[in-house]
Amino acid sequence: MSDNTHEHHDVIAEIKKVTIILSVLTIVELILGFWMIDVTSPGLRLGIKGVIVILMMAKAFYIVAYFMHLKHELKNLIMTIVVPLALFVWFIIAFLSDGNSFKELRNNYDPHFKEQATIQVKQAEHGAKHEAAGAAHGEKATESKKEEHAAGEHH
Amino acid sequence: MSNVTTASTKEAKWWNGGKSPFDVEYGKVMMWYFLMSDAFTFGAFLISYGTVRFSTNGWPDPNKVFKSFPFAPEGVNAPLVFVSVMTFILIVSSVTMVLAVHAGKMMDKKGVVRNMIWTIIGGIAFLSCQAWEWNHLHHEGAWWGLNPFINADGTASTTNFTNFFFTITGFHGFHVFSGVVINIIMLIMTLMDKFEQRGHYLMIEKAGLYWHFVDLVWVFVFTCFYLL
Repeated sequence: MSDNTHEHHDVIAEIKKVTIILSVLTIVELILGFWMIDVTSPGLRLGIKGVIVILMMAKAFYIVAYFMHLKHELKNLIMTIVVPLALFVWFIIAFLSDGNSFKELRNNYDPHFKEQATIQVKQAEHGAKHEAAGAAHGEKATESKKEEHAAGEHH
Repeated sequence: MSNVTTASTKEAKWWNGGKSPFDVEYGKVMMWYFLMSDAFTFGAFLISYGTVRFSTNGWPDPNKVFKSFPFAPEGVNAPLVFVSVMTFILIVSSVTMVLAVHAGKMMDKKGVVRNMIWTIIGGIAFLSCQAWEWNHLHHEGAWWGLNPFINADGTASTTNFTNFFFTITGFHGFHVFSGVVINIIMLIMTLMDKFEQRGHYLMIEKAGLYWHFVDLVWVFVFTCFYLL
């Protein structure tokens, strides 16, 4: 019985630890997200996004390893689950670079596509949809929307 | 030397038949396989979203799209606030689910019931938040095939943005809904002493795996749509 309660306290301690780690990681992600709102340098934005992705992977690890208990399973089961998921490494690299290559090709060979990326449009007033649908379409534009917010905001 | 031999015989025994080489109950292995296939479905959705975004010159700024909050005045500028609330609701409901699974292992029926109720409340709260957000975006003119927002650099945006947002968060919301239904069934079965009669709470563990997976997917959806 005392063995059982000892194990019980260990499990509860682990749950508490992982809860705190997940909360801290989420708060750090949100701080980076708030910080990024005012960052205009494309390189710095890319760096912050990279850090956010790493934090996301860390959160995923803690959920799968501890909440889904995979870390405490046999190696046979762990490998059966994790090895097929390694395909995602190829998926992500292949598809994202293919998307980027498609964009480059169209910017080089499709003048209309390239032109669209230079024409500024006006954002309809917030909530204009509440009134007659097309009536106020583009009439009142919020000037702030026009500011050049990170020219390198491609991704 | 003797250590190595015992280790290898111990290793080999898992595959000698007569017992699960994973040392896990059949239903739990199948739940893992289902979740793996579901992970590939969500992965395919999110990667296609990424591919389209990488092949487009501009994209709307999430901080200008998702900036509202329930009961706040129209036009309030509160980016990331509402989605943080949703994220924490889901994390907390995941924690109460772990506690329910643990209570099940200890054969503590009261603990299972209490934590399952909290988990269900968390799930319903998350769904309510999502319903509010979808309704709000719909009022602003966003829907499948309709995109009232412009790109961050001031150029015209395409409907890819709203299509991917509603499809992927909708598919995730459908998973949350299924999870809540499964959890309610588990709660009823617990209250009817089904698991006490069986002598184990393995069903709670399987429902728990599904619920954590829903939380796991939200980690990715939240990051890809609201932060990046």
